[in-house]
Amino acid sequence: MTKIVLAEALPRKAIELIERRLFLKRSMSLGALALLSGCDITDSESVQRTLMAFSKWNDKAQGLLFNPDKLAPTYPESAITRPFPFNAYYDEDEIPDVDGGNYRLELAGSIRDKRTWRLPDLYALPQVSQITRLICVEGWSAMGKWTGVPLRHFLERVGADLSAKYVGFKCLDDYYTSIDMASALHPQTQLAFKFADRILPPEYGFPMRLRIPTKLGFKNPKHIAAIFVTNRYPGGYWEDQGYNWFSGS
Amino acid sequence: MPIHPLLVRICHWTNAAAVLAMLFSGWRIYDASPLFHFRFPKALTLGGWLAGALQWHFAAMWLLASSGLVYVLYGLLSGHYRRRFLPLTLGAILRSDISHLSHRPGNYNPIQKAAYISAILLAIILVLSGAALWKPVQLQELARIFGGYEGARLVHFFAMSGIAVFALVHIAMAILVPRTLIPMFTGRA
Repeated sequence: MTKIVLAEALPRKAIELIERRLFLKRSMSLGALALLSGCDITDSESVQRTLMAFSKWNDKAQGLLFNPDKLAPTYPESAITRPFPFNAYYDEDEIPDVDGGNYRLELAGSIRDKRTWRLPDLYALPQVSQITRLICVEGWSAMGKWTGVPLRHFLERVGADLSAKYVGFKCLDDYYTSIDMASALHPQTQLAFKFADRILPPEYGFPMRLRIPTKLGFKNPKHIAAIFVTNRYPGGYWEDQGYNWFSGS
Repeated sequence: MPIHPLLVRICHWTNAAAVLAMLFSGWRIYDASPLFHFRFPKALTLGGWLAGALQWHFAAMWLLASSGLVYVLYGLLSGHYRRRFLPLTLGAILRSDISHLSHRPGNYNPIQKAAYISAILLAIILVLSGAALWKPVQLQELARIFGGYEGARLVHFFAMSGIAVFALVHIAMAILVPRTLIPMFTGRA
C-alpha cells in the first residue's frame, strides 16, 4: 500500500516542485515587468492585481489601526543621527537650488483661503520642535530634530475641508505624494522649516518639507511647492510604482 | 485517528507556502538596506525589486498570521502539541544519537520534538517582531519589548535565520525519509 502511494505521490511532488519553481521564476520578474508599461502577460498581471488588491486592503487595515492620539516616541538631543543621511529619488548633485526670496507656496482643492504664502509669512506661524525617528521604506532609520508648524494648525488657518479624504503635496523636485486626512491632523505632523535648529539645508528640503513621524520616510516630501486637499485619490511618485500608499508606522 | 489531522495538514501547507514567500521576499527587503556585510543573491529573492518584495511580504503576512494562529490555537486547545511534543526533557535531547534517530510517522524523537517546538516559537517571534517593524509607532509597546525599532530588526533577522535553518533541515529530512512526507498529504502512513 505504502509503495503505491509513494509511486503516485513522488511524481506529484516533483510536479509541484517544478510548478513552484516556475511560479517563483515568473513572480521574480514581476517587479521588472511592473517597470515596463504595456506588458500583457496575463499570469503576471493577475498576480500583480492580487498583490495590488492586498496593498489596498493594507491601506484600509492601517487606516483602522491608526490611532490619532498615539504619539511617536520622542528622543533626547544626544540621540540625533549626525550626519543625517540624505535620501531622494535622485543623487545629491540634483538637489534643487531654491531661492527663498522668490519662493511661493500654492494652495489648491478644498481650501477656503487659497492665497499663496511667502516664506516670511510661513516662518511667522507658531512652531514646535520634535526629535523623532525617521524610518525609511528600505529598512534603515535615523533620528532627527525638526521644527515647524503643525500641519493641523496650517490646514485650520487656511480653512481646509478637514472632512476631505486626502492631503496632497507637489514639490519643486517634481516629487509628489499624498496622505490621509487623519494622519495629516495628527499632532506630530508638521510643515518643517528647520533641521537640528537650523534653516533646512537644500539636501533636507529647503525651504519647507513635511515631517510626519507616523509614516515612512518617502511620505515626508521635501521642497513643497503646493498643498491640495481632495477626495480624489492623488497617489504619489513611489506609490504609483507599487509602494504601499498608507505606509504608516 | 490519522497521524496528521486534516486541520494540521491544511495549516502545515499554508504555513509552508506563507513562510517561503515571507523568506524569499524578506531577503529582497533585507537587501535594500543590509544589516550585515552581505546580501542575499537576487536569484533567491521574490518580488524583483523592493516595492514588489514588500507587496509579497505584506500580503503573505496575513496568510502566515491567520494560518499560524489557527494552527497554534488548535495545537494548544486540542492537546495535539501535548500528545506529539511532550514529554520532552533536556536529557532526552542530549542523549539522542543523531546517527540513529527513529523516524516513525506520528511518533517524534526528542530532536524532532525540540526542532518543531523551536520552529513554532521562532515563527511566533517572527510574527511579533514583524508587527513591531510594520507599526513601530502604533505598536510601540510591542516594539519596546524587542528593544525598539532597530532592536526588532535584529530580532526579526535572527529569528528568520533560525526558521531558514529549520526549513532547510526539515525539507532535507522529508526528502531523505519520504515515508514521513506522505502522511502530511494523506494523513495516514
